[in-house]
Amino acid sequence: MSLVLNEEQKLLKASAADFARKESPLSRVRALRDSDDELGFSRELWASMAALGWPAILVPEQYGGLGLGLTEICCVIEELGRNLVPEPLLSNALLGSAAIIEAGSEEQKSRLLPAVADGSGLVALAWQERKTRYDPAVIEASASPSGGGWTLEGEKVLVWDGHVADVLVVSARTSGAPGDRDGVSLFLVDKGAAGLKITRQQTMDLRNAAVLRFDSVELDSDSLLGTEGEGLAPLQAIIDRATLGLCAEMMGSAEAVFAMTLDYLKTREQFGVVIGSFQALKHRAALIFIELELSRSALMGACEAVDAAADDVAEKISTAKARLSGTAVLAAYEGLQMHGGVGMTDEHDIGFYLKRARAAELSFGDAAWHRDRFATLQGL
Amino acid sequence: MPDIEQFRVDCAAWLEENCPDSMRWEGPKAGDGTIGEMLAWGGRKADWSKNPDARVWLDRMAEKGWTAPTWPREYGGGGLDKDEGRVLGQELARLKAMPPLAGFGLTMIGPLLVDHGTEEQKKRFLPEICRGEIRWCQGYSEPNSGSDLASLATRAELDGDDWVLNGQKVWTSYADLADWMFCLVRTDTESKHGGITFILFDMDDPGITVRPIPLISGYSPFCETFIENVRVPRDQVVGGVNNGWTMAKALLGHERSMISSAFSERGSVNRLVELAREYLPGEDGRIGDAHSRDSVVALTMDKACLDLTIRRTGEAAKLGQQPGPETSIFKYYATELNKARYSLMVSLLGPQALGWEGEGFEEGELEITREWLRSRGNSIEGGTSEIQLNIIAKRVLGLPD
Ligand SMILES: Cc1cc2nc3c(=O)[nH]c(=O)nc-3n(C[C@H](O)[C@H](O)[C@H](O)COP(=O)(O)OP(=O)(O)OC[C@H]3O[C@@H](n4cnc5c(N)ncnc54)[C@H](O)[C@@H]3O)c2cc1C
Repeated sequence: MSLVLNEEQKLLKASAADFARKESPLSRVRALRDSDDELGFSRELWASMAALGWPAILVPEQYGGLGLGLTEICCVIEELGRNLVPEPLLSNALLGSAAIIEAGSEEQKSRLLPAVADGSGLVALAWQERKTRYDPAVIEASASPSGGGWTLEGEKVLVWDGHVADVLVVSARTSGAPGDRDGVSLFLVDKGAAGLKITRQQTMDLRNAAVLRFDSVELDSDSLLGTEGEGLAPLQAIIDRATLGLCAEMMGSAEAVFAMTLDYLKTREQFGVVIGSFQALKHRAALIFIELELSRSALMGACEAVDAAADDVAEKISTAKARLSGTAVLAAYEGLQMHGGVGMTDEHDIGFYLKRARAAELSFGDAAWHRDRFATLQGL
Repeated sequence: MPDIEQFRVDCAAWLEENCPDSMRWEGPKAGDGTIGEMLAWGGRKADWSKNPDARVWLDRMAEKGWTAPTWPREYGGGGLDKDEGRVLGQELARLKAMPPLAGFGLTMIGPLLVDHGTEEQKKRFLPEICRGEIRWCQGYSEPNSGSDLASLATRAELDGDDWVLNGQKVWTSYADLADWMFCLVRTDTESKHGGITFILFDMDDPGITVRPIPLISGYSPFCETFIENVRVPRDQVVGGVNNGWTMAKALLGHERSMISSAFSERGSVNRLVELAREYLPGEDGRIGDAHSRDSVVALTMDKACLDLTIRRTGEAAKLGQQPGPETSIFKYYATELNKARYSLMVSLLGPQALGWEGEGFEEGELEITREWLRSRGNSIEGGTSEIQLNIIAKRVLGLPD
């Protein structure tokens, strides 16, 4: 393990960068939005990504995957993040199928993971409700025993790529009240289950998401994922690693917005000089650069900790998310300000990054929430 | 009873009778339109369907001359003296009445014409402004002239008794809804600041094309304005040929004070508290989360300090003292504070702030997200924060360029 990428990781990152540049410039995201595209991404492009092996990165080899680590998937996600590539890699690899890998039985894994690895099957994780904010224990959805199986009731929101998932992993209470540490269970639900209504959500940052409504959805006994009532620990571990994936995406998009800003500072002229010659802007650009470098270290340090199964994984992830949240929003806020009027227009790309930066900041815990969690973990 | 107290009694009674209920406004709450929709902007293209009461309120106030209370009666104003104007303001505030008329006419071009217009210009434009019959837009910025406004290049050449205008303006707020533009044009290329002229024209004049530009918030309040061989009679120049920079500076003062007063809008900070209590509830009305509690209170105190500073300046002005250097901080501080406020609101909402429209989000949540996006422009429009700080450093602190 190291804070420098090895040769294979560098190659993987370069191929993802190449892919993003050639196949998915930001104009694609804009076009998908402007045409009200039903999916919000392209199945063909997803198939190309599958051919490159990306959905297989985290799937263990015995289920048809590559059995690689967080560092590898983060290399890819970071590069896709530069252009806000909308295909469902993060949600599928780090949320949906990650839940199966983390908590699934042998039977569930061998049934579901091969399709994940080859890209033909999409899995989404439904863990958030309107009041959940950042604590996955704060849920009201319930599963009560019925005829050997379960009846699922409730609503989930912001289910990333929930509109296209074939299988949904859903958290629900089998006992206790919202906030209780015990009593959370995970279930596998088929997208076609009777009583399940899936509605696509329109998010400001164009991340594809859905609202799920469960109206007396009947589940078999074997749809339970992991141990009844003990779903919170695996759920938290999954969300943690997805948080790190999100940090990688934020790293990529923050660097992209900074590159865009730097370019503008070097080309836009006012008062007969490029605006980058004004110290008021120059120093702030240098400060953003400092933040980006610290953020990259935090990100890589956390990837290293996860892949080495270190004791302080959660602290490292919270450090990364707290830092990246600050950096991504800073780079976007400052970038927009330095663009002046044109930055406020939808025709300019910077708004896409601003919206994504804040949406990512407010997903899986903002900076203050992660600092608080860090303090709790350290007994402070 | 002294005259001024009699005036207060009469004024209160008249307002009580004439201000429609829907124009008495406590601050934003669910179900209201946006403040932009509730206000009367006037003009030939006004759409009153969303707020018919706003029109009633405007017409009644305009008839009294109270849209511009202290302007002379002959120009459509109320002819009130300073004290009466202050009393009227206090009585309006007591009723929480919405301003009867919004826009650049009353707040920007009107005051400029009062000070610098010819008698004929005052007679022609001020009454229409007071009655909300014409709506104005500001044609200053150009693609290559933003912060360095004096580099503007839209040309005006004299042909007989007309100026012929050619060029392009950009970020022209509400150019699509405005009837007239006050515009800066270049009449002399030899002198940068001394070659600019301030001119007025009708947006329906042949040769003007307006293209709305959508903002990141999804709304489209500003436009690109193309000006091609537009003929403008000489008597529509304000303040004299090549004297436009002086006019612009005078007007920019009005604009900046308008922008800062727009942000001292009532109820605004309480909204932070309301949201914090709703989304992060604690015991007995406390804000449940320590970090958010601190952030909300910090901004509440910042706002109180700004309000006190504005009041301090106002009281000094009433005593006839010249405005001091503290006024230079208003635009910067008020707009940065407004941005911080919306940024915090979005944090308070958490993941529920991620919506754009449709399922899974409340109306009020979607509105806050859009308003937050719009607020990012506050530190750009009307002179950027960087330019404000440069002005403070140079003009107030005497630091070299
Ligand atoms: C919502 C909105 C509404 C607007 N409405 C109108 C309108 O109605 N009419 C109108 O004429 N204009 C309007 N504007 C335009 C506005 O006045 C300009 O955008 C503003 O003056 C900045 O100019 P610019 O956009 O060209 O940015 P630039 O001047 O190119 O500035 C780019 C960046 O460089 C910085 N910068 C520039 N010079 C310096 C310096 N010397 N030192 C340090 N930093 C510097 C700026 O602060 C900014 O961060 C509007 C703008 C917005 C966002």
